[in-house]
Amino acid sequence: MDIEKFILAIITTNPAKVPSGTSVFHCENKEEMEVIATNLEAILDGIAHLLTEEIYVIVKH
Amino acid sequence: MNEYTYPILLGLIVGTATRIYMLRTDYRQYPTYLHGKIIHIALGFIAAGLGSVAIPSIMEEDFTAITFLTVAASQFREVRNMERNTLTELDSFEMVPRGRTYIEGIAIAFESRNYLVMFTALVSTLAYLVFNLWVAIIVATIAIILSKIMMSGGKLSDIVDIEYVEPHFEDAGLYVDNIYIMNIGLPERQKEVLKYGMGFILKPKNFNVRTTIANLGQRQAILHDVSTAMGVFRDSGTPALVPLAKRDLDDGRVAVFILPQERNIKRAIDVIGEVPTLENAIKMPSEVHAES
Repeated sequence: MDIEKFILAIITTNPAKVPSGTSVFHCENKEEMEVIATNLEAILDGIAHLLTEEIYVIVKH
Repeated sequence: MNEYTYPILLGLIVGTATRIYMLRTDYRQYPTYLHGKIIHIALGFIAAGLGSVAIPSIMEEDFTAITFLTVAASQFREVRNMERNTLTELDSFEMVPRGRTYIEGIAIAFESRNYLVMFTALVSTLAYLVFNLWVAIIVATIAIILSKIMMSGGKLSDIVDIEYVEPHFEDAGLYVDNIYIMNIGLPERQKEVLKYGMGFILKPKNFNVRTTIANLGQRQAILHDVSTAMGVFRDSGTPALVPLAKRDLDDGRVAVFILPQERNIKRAIDVIGEVPTLENAIKMPSEVHAES
């Protein structure tokens, strides 16, 4: 089965704002967040979307 | 040899020639393969044969022979299925898929071409039998030209105005003009998108066109054709780099965002203009006569 429109991972510098139940990567700063998001995008075959300055979500489309 | 040999032979030749004439390979690259061509020419030959024997059999008062035409009809419906299945199977391996609507359009075209071949063969045999060879040749030429006209559908440039607009970002949102395309989060990807991406606005020329270009199949066909003709900057595993077409809900304009390998604005506009308007996408809201 193909997964569609599904949040695969969340990368954030502000863990208080993200939901539980999903894989969350806590980062120290924006640079670290971008590096992890870039790698995860390639690994998971999803798209990294920027929700706010503090939260990236990797979504499978 | 009897009095029908030459008329039937003429019908066969004219019919097969019509099929070959309609079997062009253009930038849409279908059918590319020699074997695909042979299948279609062979079926065209069969169609021509069926078309050309119809009139002689009526003249011989052998009316039941006409029922063969129904066999032909189901045979050619099979052609449509064959084309649909092949293209659907292959579509998942395309960088930018054709989409179901486009495939259905192609499949219908392949079926109807065989009927046009039958028609051409039938009228030229009839003209030969009723008049003579010269009249038959004139009739055949007219029939071929008629087939050609019937086979060429509309193009997008007939129904929309195409305009180039540089895509831009507002925060993480990618926009073409004022139409939102998608959210791209990574600054690195954003740079790539701005470097390679091109945006086009399709402005409908009338109200009916709005529904036509809103059709998702039609939009996918545009993306496929442009990506085929101009190349596409993407690979499997880079879902962020995807050509998209989105719609302005206010006025029905469609923004086309593409990532061509060749950045040539004029050529891109020409290619978009040459995209066929898919029969399945054409709607005629202005033809509705609703009681108010």
